[in-house]
Amino acid sequence: MNALNIKQGATSHSAYNLRSTYGDENERHTLAIIVENQPGVLARVIGLFSGRGYNIESLTVSEIDHESHTSRITVATTGTPQVIDQIKAQLGRIVPVKDVHDLTVEGPSVERELALFKVAGTGDKRVEALRLADIFRANAVDSTLESFVFELTGTSEKIDAFAELMRPLGLVEMARTGVAALSRGQD
Amino acid sequence: MVVQALKDQGVDTVFGYPGGAVLPIYDEIFQQNGIRHFLVRHEQGAVHAAEGYARSTGKPGVVLVTSGPGATNAVTGLTDALLDSIPLVVLTGQVPTFMIGSDAFQEADTVGITRPCTKHNWLVKDTDALSGTLHEAFHVATTGRPGPVLIDIPKDVQFAEGEYTGPKAIKSHYTPKVKGDLDQITALVEAMETAEKPIFYTGGGVINSGPAASQLLRELVDSTGFPITSTLMGLGSYPASGDKWIGMLGMHGLYEANLAMHGCDLMINIGARFDDRITGKLDEFSPNSVKAHVDIDPSSINKVIHVDIPIVGDVAHVLEDILKVWKSRGRKTASAEVKSWWKQIEDWRAIRCLDYKNSEKTIKPQYALQRLQELTKTHDRYITTEVGQHQMWAAQYLGFEDPNRWMTSGGLGTMGYGFPASIGVQVAHPDALVINVAGEASWLMNMQEMGTAMQYHLPVKQFILNNERLGMVRQWQELLHGERYSSSWSEALPDFVKLAEAFGAKGIICSDPADLDDAIMEMITYDGPVLFDCLVEKHENCFPMIPSGKAHNEMLLGEAETQGVIDAKGSVLV
Repeated sequence: MNALNIKQGATSHSAYNLRSTYGDENERHTLAIIVENQPGVLARVIGLFSGRGYNIESLTVSEIDHESHTSRITVATTGTPQVIDQIKAQLGRIVPVKDVHDLTVEGPSVERELALFKVAGTGDKRVEALRLADIFRANAVDSTLESFVFELTGTSEKIDAFAELMRPLGLVEMARTGVAALSRGQD
Repeated sequence: MVVQALKDQGVDTVFGYPGGAVLPIYDEIFQQNGIRHFLVRHEQGAVHAAEGYARSTGKPGVVLVTSGPGATNAVTGLTDALLDSIPLVVLTGQVPTFMIGSDAFQEADTVGITRPCTKHNWLVKDTDALSGTLHEAFHVATTGRPGPVLIDIPKDVQFAEGEYTGPKAIKSHYTPKVKGDLDQITALVEAMETAEKPIFYTGGGVINSGPAASQLLRELVDSTGFPITSTLMGLGSYPASGDKWIGMLGMHGLYEANLAMHGCDLMINIGARFDDRITGKLDEFSPNSVKAHVDIDPSSINKVIHVDIPIVGDVAHVLEDILKVWKSRGRKTASAEVKSWWKQIEDWRAIRCLDYKNSEKTIKPQYALQRLQELTKTHDRYITTEVGQHQMWAAQYLGFEDPNRWMTSGGLGTMGYGFPASIGVQVAHPDALVINVAGEASWLMNMQEMGTAMQYHLPVKQFILNNERLGMVRQWQELLHGERYSSSWSEALPDFVKLAEAFGAKGIICSDPADLDDAIMEMITYDGPVLFDCLVEKHENCFPMIPSGKAHNEMLLGEAETQGVIDAKGSVLV
């Protein structure tokens, strides 16, 4: 722990070099924010993002433990590494926030999103939609003679890909839940 | 129940303004003697007064206002306290729970409006939860980085009977870390041992941490012999008469302080936050230094400036550990190099950046403050300020020997702060000399509080440097907008002496430098509120100045070259 070894940032040139230890590239991070489930807590978290100009790409929130009034908010956000660090620190300041996990850096994690697609069509298009749904392992949860509602679970990319395929086949409407994520492994 | 909870928290002073939705609490206050309530004339005044009280005592300030307009009028004060990390507990009345959401009379979404301008806030819908919430509110306001909290209490909750919980029974998971990481502290001490051009850069965090932090800071500075500068917020934590003191830094900081920040090889930031008033141009901020940062708020670290040695913890705890480690390793410093560093600082100091051209005909604002300093420095003195040129001059020309003696709106820059703040300070220190250094425009923003000062016999001294201009706005228009002085004139000013007299206070006017000392003495000795109208030079500019978008080593020292100093990029900054 010698001061000379912690060169990170201490440079003989300009402060540009200081900040270049952080990359300038935008990164996508998935944060799991464990909060006390009290009124307004979601507004506090969202207000932080809007008030300080951070991005929210996806947001999911639900109570996960009724006994201890705990909710889990999963946010997918983008920003430079410096901004991501700042987001986590700012979230940590919110009084009812118990814990903030950056699943993107805390080892491997699984991310899933659920989406519903309404696809209307007849003839070949209808057959093709059903065939593709089968390939993607989407379930038909509603069906009429001229439409399907498919349910699909997977990564956001998989859902994007399926939506692209359905578009020319008569995609009418779609609903996505946003990302839910957990770290892999036993703890 | 509210009054009981306040008493259990040791509260004896509340600033407030009644209204329909808080009448039950006011009724409780009426029927007891333990808590004194000070009736202000505007809710903003109540919050600033509580800030003045808090900053001069180290205790949380308490405010009680009604719903709707009472709460919205408190918003500026809450934001001010949030940016300056001042502990406040603000209680607002709310319409009864069954009417919430119906656009009832004097209903506002108070917790919604104040969510971004409080550290935390609560709407209490259940009387059984009320006392517990109050105690938790004091805990949150005063622990970690202090800040304002607000509790919104619907009127039916105030009326209902409920279970009272004492302060000891409260469990809160909010427990910020106060001890700094020892490895990082050791890294800092190692850097201190070899640093050739070290500097302490201290801020309001030292004062917020309590008197012990200031004591430890003094011990550390004096025993290492390193120079120390401070932000506007941190003035007084190290005495202005101390021989390691090199003055305030920042946009209107001293030449020697800013150049020392620019040229140092080890910057030790203690309880400051690299605010934009301090850093100037970020790319060129102190380019050759190893930077250490002690802050209780993890989000302050690496927010604007990347630091090499981050230490999250309470200033007093961390300073104690730094001293312990430094002493145990043999109290080493690179004393020969530090000595030549001092020589360099002395050379910068020899420029005498605070010198100004005095006049025998008109009172220069700097001169007025120098005389005020001379004539009051031996008093038990507290200074508040408004916002603008006078605030910067006060910071430059008044000397602060102790913490909690200097109350100014640093982060938010709230004009109208100083007068009510001086009232809060005087309430806390009834026998002290409390002076609000003001500009005429700022002072008028909360002048209604003259009524409060009179009602409670609070002998606050309002020292107005009257240049009949919005001086700082005018200065920026001169530097930035081709001397087009758009709306920066104080037209239709009142006769301040008559204004004082209308309230029953004393008014003094002074325009001749020869009369100034006598007039100041008259102000000090008068037993009661005084409105001092000091007519000063109208077009004086505040120097030194780091223009927007420039670095520490590009300071302006005087009138000589001010045209076109701020380029297009700098002009969008504030």
